[in-house]
Amino acid sequence: MKKTSMTSLERVLTTLGHKEPDRVPLFLLPTMHGAKELGLSIKSYFSKAEYVAEGQIRLMKKYRNDCASGFFYGPLETEAWGAEVIYSDDGPPNSGEPFIRNVQTIKNLEIPSIRETSCLLKVLKAIEMLREKIQDGAPIIGVAISPFSLPVMQMGFDKYIELMYEQPEVFGHLMRINEEFCVQWANAQLEAGATAICYFDPVSSATISPREMYLKTGFEIAKRTIARIKGPTATHMASGRCLPIADDIAKTGTAAIGISCLEDIAELKSVCKGKISILGNLNGIEMARWTPEHAEKIVKESIAKAAGGGGYILSDNHGEIPFQVPDDILFAISEAVHQWGHYPLNWTENYEK
Amino acid sequence: MASIEETIEKFEHDLLSVDRLAARATLAELSKHLELTEISDKIITPALEKIGEKWNAGDAALSQVYMSGIICEELLDTLLPKKKSSQSNSSSIAIVTFEDYHILGKRIVLSVMRASGFEVSDYGSGVQTDDLVEMVKNGGIKILLISTLMFPSALHIRNFREKLESLGLNIKIIVGGAPFRFDETLWKKVGADAMGRTAADAVKLTRKMLKLET
Repeated sequence: MKKTSMTSLERVLTTLGHKEPDRVPLFLLPTMHGAKELGLSIKSYFSKAEYVAEGQIRLMKKYRNDCASGFFYGPLETEAWGAEVIYSDDGPPNSGEPFIRNVQTIKNLEIPSIRETSCLLKVLKAIEMLREKIQDGAPIIGVAISPFSLPVMQMGFDKYIELMYEQPEVFGHLMRINEEFCVQWANAQLEAGATAICYFDPVSSATISPREMYLKTGFEIAKRTIARIKGPTATHMASGRCLPIADDIAKTGTAAIGISCLEDIAELKSVCKGKISILGNLNGIEMARWTPEHAEKIVKESIAKAAGGGGYILSDNHGEIPFQVPDDILFAISEAVHQWGHYPLNWTENYEK
Repeated sequence: MASIEETIEKFEHDLLSVDRLAARATLAELSKHLELTEISDKIITPALEKIGEKWNAGDAALSQVYMSGIICEELLDTLLPKKKSSQSNSSSIAIVTFEDYHILGKRIVLSVMRASGFEVSDYGSGVQTDDLVEMVKNGGIKILLISTLMFPSALHIRNFREKLESLGLNIKIIVGGAPFRFDETLWKKVGADAMGRTAADAVKLTRKMLKLET
């Protein structure tokens, strides 16, 4: 007999097991909105673990979210390697100029010690605080950028693509270093209390790499890396397309894929059904100009197309909702999931958008 | 000799395979029969356009698009060293990565623009509004191509446009980058004159704007 009410963690685990929980889980990921809740600038907000933990708790309650996130900002990992982070008042902290400028730098590269790097310790502390407050009620998601995708910030996208195609030995060396860091960083977050790791891998997406390149690079790297991460992972394409490689991603040992709004969620669901769960795929950029009515319509469509049989978590398609998305839209998304996401989904059979 | 269509297809395949030697051989063979400007206009530009369209449709990857542009630039610099700009008024064009250091989009557009015969000034990356206004004022350009990756940077183009207008600088702005791909109405909101989904779009839009100028 199906339980009528589950905790967020039970709900998520059930859907990841490709069964229908009580309701479609919601992973709303407004990473910067916690600053608004606390009346802080974005830079101040990310300066202390206490602020981010408190921000996440407030957002979770406010939007009845099914997870908390230990994610701070994209360039945090390269900050750990000594790179510059540029803050702004209205957007996510951004990476500065790449710190790898030549092949020699790659050859001499050493991974940062996680226990001696303040920006990483800050994240671990935030996860510990979240775990203490949430206990086992909801999953806490840690984030690790894949070894294959981190070089975009380490050395710049253009130089990295050239390295991939033209210097396979140096590329291989960089991957071995990055794999070690990724595994250590992911496992440190799990030890701190994260339930699962979001393996952030946009370079593997079909938007960035052709499948034949992916199979030789990102795919093999993901298999090796994910096998050493001591907890479940979800692979996120950060708005990149994944339909041509969805079957391959399922073979990397990951439990879910974060999918793009550029692809048809129904088609992806049919490819992934029973093999790998999908997470997505609301358009975070467009969301900034949605009306509450439009938000409800899009959520209903997504549920109708992808939620049947479980294996689906409703979320945005990038893993980071822009600061410009107003609260009433986040409320509308949450409200729509709570109104239309209850299983069994009797209304979806005759649903026409 | 193969038809133009067959040659474009062959060259496109060389580029998507990131096969420099094959691409060079294809152009070397062509140079026996065609003028240098014809090779650029009839083979290179159409091949790059087709690759851009494939990427837009999800049938090619960004790494292939980037390497294709790089290979074409190299070929034009080495195999066809004496090639002159085939486009008129092209020195009045500039390109910039606005506010951040994600320069891939700019490099792709720059390669394709140059391979298509345009001279384009590179205003760099991480350029902030006031500095960009100064560059436009001093550069005397007519068309500015702006590449952005971050959503806030895209929104800040509005402020840049307003500052230009307050100084009476009436240039054309073509924007491109992820935020504009994910919200196809955003370019209007930020006061741009046009939005390009691909580097080939940038070429077409620039040609159109230059024609309107003359």
